[in-house]
Amino acid sequence: MRRVLDKLELTARNREEYEERRFYTIGLVLSVVLTVMSFMSVMTDYLPVTWVFPALVILALGQILVHIRIFLHIDLSRQKREDLLMLLFTILLLGIMAFGTIWVVGDMNMRMMQGH
Amino acid sequence: MSDTATTNENLHPGMNLGYSGDAEHAEVTVFGFWTFLMSDLVTFGIVFAIFATMKDATAGGPGPAEVTNLTSIAMQTALLLGSSFAFSWASLSMKYHDIIWRTLGWLAIAATSALGFLMLELYDFYHMIKEGAVPQRSGFLSALWALVGLHGLHVAGGLLWMAAMTGQILKFGLTDQIKSRITRMGLYWHFLDLVWVGIFSMVYLAGVA
Repeated sequence: MRRVLDKLELTARNREEYEERRFYTIGLVLSVVLTVMSFMSVMTDYLPVTWVFPALVILALGQILVHIRIFLHIDLSRQKREDLLMLLFTILLLGIMAFGTIWVVGDMNMRMMQGH
Repeated sequence: MSDTATTNENLHPGMNLGYSGDAEHAEVTVFGFWTFLMSDLVTFGIVFAIFATMKDATAGGPGPAEVTNLTSIAMQTALLLGSSFAFSWASLSMKYHDIIWRTLGWLAIAATSALGFLMLELYDFYHMIKEGAVPQRSGFLSALWALVGLHGLHVAGGLLWMAAMTGQILKFGLTDQIKSRITRMGLYWHFLDLVWVGIFSMVYLAGVA
């Protein structure tokens, strides 16, 4: 009986390992696809020039989400709630500071150009 | 046995501490490390913001197109992603197989890739210096060197950390404490890859687009 149980647990662990390896592999494939698309959008002429930057932003955000979900294991479960909240709060702070910096310094640049 | 298997499901991935006694402590230290990573994210974010304000301030010096070698950047991206992936394989070996050499092998692959990344980055830096694209040349170049250099220093620090972890594994084996440390190192390593996504997209690709 004991041996049967141990064996069952072993297969359960094997399956868990298989699932986890599959999960990481999906992450790798998605990252490679998104990265290749980013490089292609710049190195080829498929995309109109005006669309390149928005495409880069979207592809980068997509890949960052893939990394956060798959490699950093952040999800919506209760166990990861604190990690997720801290990530969101950091993004809020960063949004205020980064947007503020770009706004203020950008405005200053504009005003200093007026003399020219 | 089956008890530990069910409690382990609630732990941070990459861990197989074998008993629940230390699990709560491991959760706390991982959360603490997450706090550090988020403060590091603020640092990177602000340097990104400074770069954004400086991207046109080339002052007649070399611009993005002159300092970007896209082939090199693509290779660096591949090497760093490969390193990140090899590290996750090392974590899984540690979690499911108690064979030291398997974990150490994947760590070695991760470290070699990252070393390749740094070599290429230094090679690019060397070329930039030769072309006069030094940090003091313009606001754009100061911001570029600060951002890419900060990331490079993080990777170099990660390599030292990996060397230290290799030594600790060889000396102590895969104990709970070592597993907890490698879990945190994994978070750090994947985080650096995430920052690199921002750098290659927003600095290099957007620069030459």
